[in-house]
Amino acid sequence: MIGSSSRELSRLLACSRREFLRNAAGVTLGSTVLRSPLARAASFPKKKKVVVITFGGGARDQETFAPEGQENVSNMMRELIPQASFFTQVVNRGILGHYVATASLATGAYETINNFASLPPENPTVFEYYRKDLKRPSSDVWVVAPSNGFNRIGESNHRSYGGGLGARVLLPKHLLTAAISGSSADYEHLLRDNYETPYYAPELGGREFELQQLERLLKLSVDDFKAHARTLSSPDELSVYIARQLMRQVAPSLLWITMHDIDVAHAGAYSLYIEGIQRTDRLCAEMWKAIQSEPEYAGKTTLLILPDFGRDADNDSGGNGFQHHRTGDALSRTTWLMALGPGIREGVVFDRALQSIDLVPTLGAMLGFSPSLAQGESIAELL
Amino acid sequence: MLPRELKPGQFNGYPPEARKLATANIAALQQLPLSFLPGLLREVIDYDFKFPAERKALEKELANLSGLSTAQIGEWFQAFAQIVLSPQLEHFDWVNSPAQFVEQFSAHLWTTHQLDAFRIAATGYADRMHAAVPQESQPVPRLGISIIGQGVGWYNEPLFRKLRAHGAYCTRVKPENGLKMLLDAVAARAKAHPAPYGHWYIDGGQAADHDPALTCVSYGALEPARTALLRKVQSEVGKPGMGPETLRTVMAQMRPADLGMSQTGDPVLDRFQVRLLTEGSGTQIFSTSFVQWAAREALRRAQPLTLLVRFAPRQRQKPMNELLTAAHDRPELDLTGSLVDADMGAYYNWLNQQRLPGAEKSSFLVWFEDHNSALVAGPAMPRGTESSTAADLKELLTWIL
Repeated sequence: MIGSSSRELSRLLACSRREFLRNAAGVTLGSTVLRSPLARAASFPKKKKVVVITFGGGARDQETFAPEGQENVSNMMRELIPQASFFTQVVNRGILGHYVATASLATGAYETINNFASLPPENPTVFEYYRKDLKRPSSDVWVVAPSNGFNRIGESNHRSYGGGLGARVLLPKHLLTAAISGSSADYEHLLRDNYETPYYAPELGGREFELQQLERLLKLSVDDFKAHARTLSSPDELSVYIARQLMRQVAPSLLWITMHDIDVAHAGAYSLYIEGIQRTDRLCAEMWKAIQSEPEYAGKTTLLILPDFGRDADNDSGGNGFQHHRTGDALSRTTWLMALGPGIREGVVFDRALQSIDLVPTLGAMLGFSPSLAQGESIAELL
Repeated sequence: MLPRELKPGQFNGYPPEARKLATANIAALQQLPLSFLPGLLREVIDYDFKFPAERKALEKELANLSGLSTAQIGEWFQAFAQIVLSPQLEHFDWVNSPAQFVEQFSAHLWTTHQLDAFRIAATGYADRMHAAVPQESQPVPRLGISIIGQGVGWYNEPLFRKLRAHGAYCTRVKPENGLKMLLDAVAARAKAHPAPYGHWYIDGGQAADHDPALTCVSYGALEPARTALLRKVQSEVGKPGMGPETLRTVMAQMRPADLGMSQTGDPVLDRFQVRLLTEGSGTQIFSTSFVQWAAREALRRAQPLTLLVRFAPRQRQKPMNELLTAAHDRPELDLTGSLVDADMGAYYNWLNQQRLPGAEKSSFLVWFEDHNSALVAGPAMPRGTESSTAADLKELLTWIL
């Protein structure tokens, strides 16, 4: 039966990640015995911040944490894993499209919205829970998202939430397009977009980041922004640059960044997919360094990194290997989660099965809000 | 409408051979669940434009279904019958637009969390069908050849890493006249074992001189069609209300004439080529993606006895919008990236070949063009080994054939 064999494959995937990490990064296997909440409370600072990085464009094991993929994620292997709690088996049981999957990560419920339309999530987002429960201003919650299709990710249309309770969404590519006002020759490499449906990018709807806020909020002149953008090589580099500026100038307590370069895999060029993974690996390490170097974040920030899902297995004849995520097989549904920061156990691997929708309840438990409509469960090992 | 309400006249919109096939098997079709039937009709409606291997497989499948008793149909399709469809899907014109139905049905399966149940049903059905319909033996074991790295002067990283466990890595290949030797060898096979669409040559650039007995598809020859497609897409995208689903439907309905292809060509091969461009992802912009997808589809659909695939350099990555604009400038090439793409593509070519009947007897050769390294795999070759014997491409073929 596929159901049971799929679960078995997910488990084997987890075991292989664990064994590899144990050998390569010297991590230990975590037990389900949990620490005293008092001990954790003592080690966690009062002014907590959380940064979430998701990969909108899944990466498979064999190109990341399997032995042959190690070379592509050297920064995570060398610098992040030894400081992290690593969960080897995070299963996404929802729709494997990047916008809808990211929306599911952000709501803690499997969203069923049209992946390719400019629609808000149907369930309240983590940003709304956080702001409503903790009475936080909009400036405290930001999303840096990869493409126009993600501009509605910050706020649901749920009647008890929505309505100005969401996160502010920054679309760096949209910002750059506005800044260069038509002459894009020097910036084309930063404006790559929409690999799942390359022919179609939804028009912006909902709230947009106004160009003048570039200067007011990010303390960045249009000229400086353009000059720095010229030194970058990809849309995700642009996103991280903007995120770092945001951290420096606004210091939101909840910052959500969605990477997207890896999703170039849809074009079928393996070398570009690998380059995307290597770049994302480097950018994740840079973000962790930024967290440690920014006074507003150092010592009080938890960083969580997870892909939204994986990609199809080579041996599934229904797919075309790394190129897509259409089969719903175990490899495309199973991914991982890494958590770093104060109070998080370092160098520990957990291979019990989680769901990707467990993220929001976990953030709720970490930050002290109640995601009442989320379907997942909080990850006890991180609390 | 439900399958039991099917009437022969409803197939009047099908091409002639497809109509005959559907009406001849209507009694069986009427018994199939709606979660299954449109997927089958999607194949039937294209029957007139299918390769011989596909036609034979479809005929056998329908003959087998027609031979099942009502009780057996119930047993075979029990899992499909459990899939819950929406009223919108039930009212869809799935007889005349089965492909569009399947697309919407797929979205429905994802949304309603029934995809896993459908996978179980589909795999179970395929297993039963394989057991019930014996596979045909081939007149000669299959041979796959992939040529990668065209134009790359020097490459320091290991190649064929995913294939090494399955064959012998050869480090002293004599590259002189290698391409010609391989093309001559596949031409000889085509003449010795003639079969329509049985021996293929796919090239990522302009096809080299080759024997007309080979079915040839090349990225270079399709340039006018690719340009026409990108222009059409650009004009469609600008229309009000256009979204990705609608655009996909528009592309799926494109025919060779829509892309300026000659009306005197081979209608089966021309349809195949149009589908490579309209259904493949990245095939319109990257020659390496085109070649890998073309090889996959040729293997899956035509099940050739011989397939020679030559990758060529693709254009360097640019913003998607620019790649999709049919530019006339000579594009900058990414030689090393193309080699990496092709190395993986060769592995996929081997994987796809091994999915076909007779895999245990099939052979495979991949060569780094104009260089000294290659890998050969086949029943006669020890796996996971390395050979430092000096040999040209013709000799390498004798090792595996």
